[in-house]
Amino acid sequence: MEDAGGGTVYRMARPETLKIVHLDSFAAIYHRASGITHLVTAPAPEILATLGEAGLTRSALLGRLAMDYELGDADEAALLARLDELVATGLVSTA
Amino acid sequence: MRHSFAVRIGPVGFRIGSDWRAPIAQLESLYATYPKPHDGVPDFTVRLFAARPWRRFVRPAVMIGGDYVLPEAAPLPLAQGLLAAEMGMNLQMALGQRRYLLLHAAVVERNGQALILTGISGAGKSTLAALLSLRGWRLMGDEFALLDPETGLIHAFPRLLSLKNASIATVAAELPADRFGPLLEGTPKGSIRHVVPDAAAVAAMDQPARPALILFPSFGFEAAARDVSPSEVFVRLTQASTNYVAIGERGFDALTALVRTVPARAIDYPDTASAVAQVEAAWLDR
Repeated sequence: MEDAGGGTVYRMARPETLKIVHLDSFAAIYHRASGITHLVTAPAPEILATLGEAGLTRSALLGRLAMDYELGDADEAALLARLDELVATGLVSTA
Repeated sequence: MRHSFAVRIGPVGFRIGSDWRAPIAQLESLYATYPKPHDGVPDFTVRLFAARPWRRFVRPAVMIGGDYVLPEAAPLPLAQGLLAAEMGMNLQMALGQRRYLLLHAAVVERNGQALILTGISGAGKSTLAALLSLRGWRLMGDEFALLDPETGLIHAFPRLLSLKNASIATVAAELPADRFGPLLEGTPKGSIRHVVPDAAAVAAMDQPARPALILFPSFGFEAAARDVSPSEVFVRLTQASTNYVAIGERGFDALTALVRTVPARAIDYPDTASAVAQVEAAWLDR
């Protein structure tokens, strides 16, 4: 599929700004930078863990997610939509 | 102000000032066995005042002021001055409390373990708390559970129980009349009558308790019970907290720890007898 993000590298927000607590199928994330609590479910925690501090491009992220997680037949457009939502919340940065 | 009264409820000291004697006299009577604020210094101040000087006498209307106020709050008639004082005290807690994570919930305790009853207004929290306090439980509060982020313990806040409408008669059937305040009719929430917590609840109000079970009661349904997942409890308790956002990461830590370690159930009940039985059953199964 077309990779709209091109060579942009996506990184999880700096670890010291996040507190992630796994509750059940949901995880609660406290974002210190904004003071906002997020409640997320798959694939958001997997995306954050995969990006890590090093960061990945969109296409590299999709490849790693497919390899590391059984995200079923989740289509790439849906995964990238979740990535964009994480960028919007500040939990993922492109800087 | 012309008249004033100071009281400590659990860890929180209040001073209530009033343009009128009557609400202060009622507070003095109903809170007669309560201690005064630590070192005489209240945490919060409530003011009951007349919007205009002549309104102390002509159709007296009680405005609620204090450290924290709701700008749009309508005044109450003087006959409901006690309610105005209680609303003012709740308001200070809801808007100003920073030491504890506040959960809108009733709490009762047995053997050092706390049962948290939370839910929407009308779910029966106060009624259940009153009935359970007559059945061997220690009343810790009917309005706010004070969760200490440092220890994970619940602190008691046993203010006057606030019974509304049909629950007044339900509790009156089991409780002596001298435990009741005046019947306040025509309030914004219908009829309200306050109940003085029993002597044991007041005597033990400085003893916190370890949370052991969270229940979400719902009145008016066929008897039913289900487990509630930690994430659902988390969402519902953030909504039931008045200061979750204000206290920031300490609140997040306290609440995630609570929902991960304490079981939670939702119980539906058709009547109070069923509710008490379901609470006891859930407590045994926790």
